[in-house]
Amino acid sequence: MSNRARYALMALVIAVVIGAFYFPRLWRRVHELGKPVQTEEQARREIVQPPISTPTDVKVKARMYWAAPGNTGVLAPEDVDLALSADPVQRSRQLVDALILSPPSPEQRTLPADTTLLDFYLLPDGTAIADFADTLATGTPSGILSEQLAIDSITKTLAASVPQVRRLKILLHGQEADTLAGHLDLTGFFPVNTAAVPATLPSANSAPPTATAPVGKPGN
Amino acid sequence: MPTQQPPPTQQQGQPPTTGQQIPLLPTPPAVQQPARPTLNVVVLDPAHGGPDPGARGSSGMNESEIVMDFARSIRAALESEGFRVVQTRSGNDDPSFDDRSAVANAQRGAVFITLHASSTGTAGQVRVYSDLLTGAGGSAAPGGPGFPARNGLLPWDRAQESYLGASRRLAEITQAWVGQKIPGSPSAPLSAPIRQLRTVAAPAIAIEISNVSVNNRDQLIKLAPGLADAVAQATAAFRPIYEGAARF
Repeated sequence: MSNRARYALMALVIAVVIGAFYFPRLWRRVHELGKPVQTEEQARREIVQPPISTPTDVKVKARMYWAAPGNTGVLAPEDVDLALSADPVQRSRQLVDALILSPPSPEQRTLPADTTLLDFYLLPDGTAIADFADTLATGTPSGILSEQLAIDSITKTLAASVPQVRRLKILLHGQEADTLAGHLDLTGFFPVNTAAVPATLPSANSAPPTATAPVGKPGN
Repeated sequence: MPTQQPPPTQQQGQPPTTGQQIPLLPTPPAVQQPARPTLNVVVLDPAHGGPDPGARGSSGMNESEIVMDFARSIRAALESEGFRVVQTRSGNDDPSFDDRSAVANAQRGAVFITLHASSTGTAGQVRVYSDLLTGAGGSAAPGGPGFPARNGLLPWDRAQESYLGASRRLAEITQAWVGQKIPGSPSAPLSAPIRQLRTVAAPAIAIEISNVSVNNRDQLIKLAPGLADAVAQATAAFRPIYEGAARF
């Protein structure tokens, strides 16, 4: 074997060894690039909002409201097995999280995938305050129909499983917003269970919002 | 406080003369009846504009542009029915909600129609909405009369409240006409808390066209003549209701 052939063979062996070492890493990187990019809000939710679990959780069939299949612009009820807390605040959080995380199909989604329920309060008079991340506004498709579906999916789902909630106020990052995505008025309260009996003893988690989460009067 | 009027005037102690008419009750002072309102103005509001494109379709269509095209058709149809049309915007600007309401509230004898195009919903469908007030009372206001208050003033933030009944009627008539002209559209109108309508002191509706996600702009534009005709016919049909109303 000539020297030239020997060098060529050695170079080939070295290339194969390097390739064997590098190829799996390259493959992994290509595979990761194909995955959807995790948004800041999703990463945040994984860190600060692990799935809500309470000692009083009981698995029940919860009636959830997502968009009906076929982009028809109406909501359809769906009974889903969910572990729900006895505490109305935690129960509401679990339901809203399920609305965000578990639609039956992407086309039935009513709330943006990357939005987060930052806080939820329930006042003794049955007024609930849901404070969402800004992504609720930026991720909801603009339009009367889509914005109404988003709100109605929350209010109908809460109405079905949390009888203590009489009406709902929606905040965006602790602030009152004029509209959800340019159309639906967020300055007022949305009726949930109009016949709800006000709670007598709010739970420890039912503290009213502080100055960081103002509940503004309707109007601007 | 109104002062109590004296009893019927006649000379004390003297019987009335035969044939003389004696008023048994004091004649009320003449009250000038307010002139019945005449519906002759339509305020057309092409939504969004300027830096706010509204709903955006995957093909690059914008709500703010498409509603301007519809506004042109609707304006022509309304003018042919004898209405004066005032637009809240004619170019690519973006007046605030309150500025748009101010245009409507400065008119006398007007209805307000805000035009929208959604990014979702069955393509080719047109929905008509009236407002659903969600105020501090905790439930949607029933609407109907009750405003203005005794001082005759309307709170700006709830200006639509006293017109909800009339708005719903206008929405019903318009949706019925839309259903005839654009098959596949719902037959009954919807109610939603729509920010733009809340501050309008006139019968007011929102019309939303589905949707800007269609591949071809012509799929939407072909709806314009039918929608324009429906709006013109409905507004004309609403005129006697408006003018027959006791008060707006």
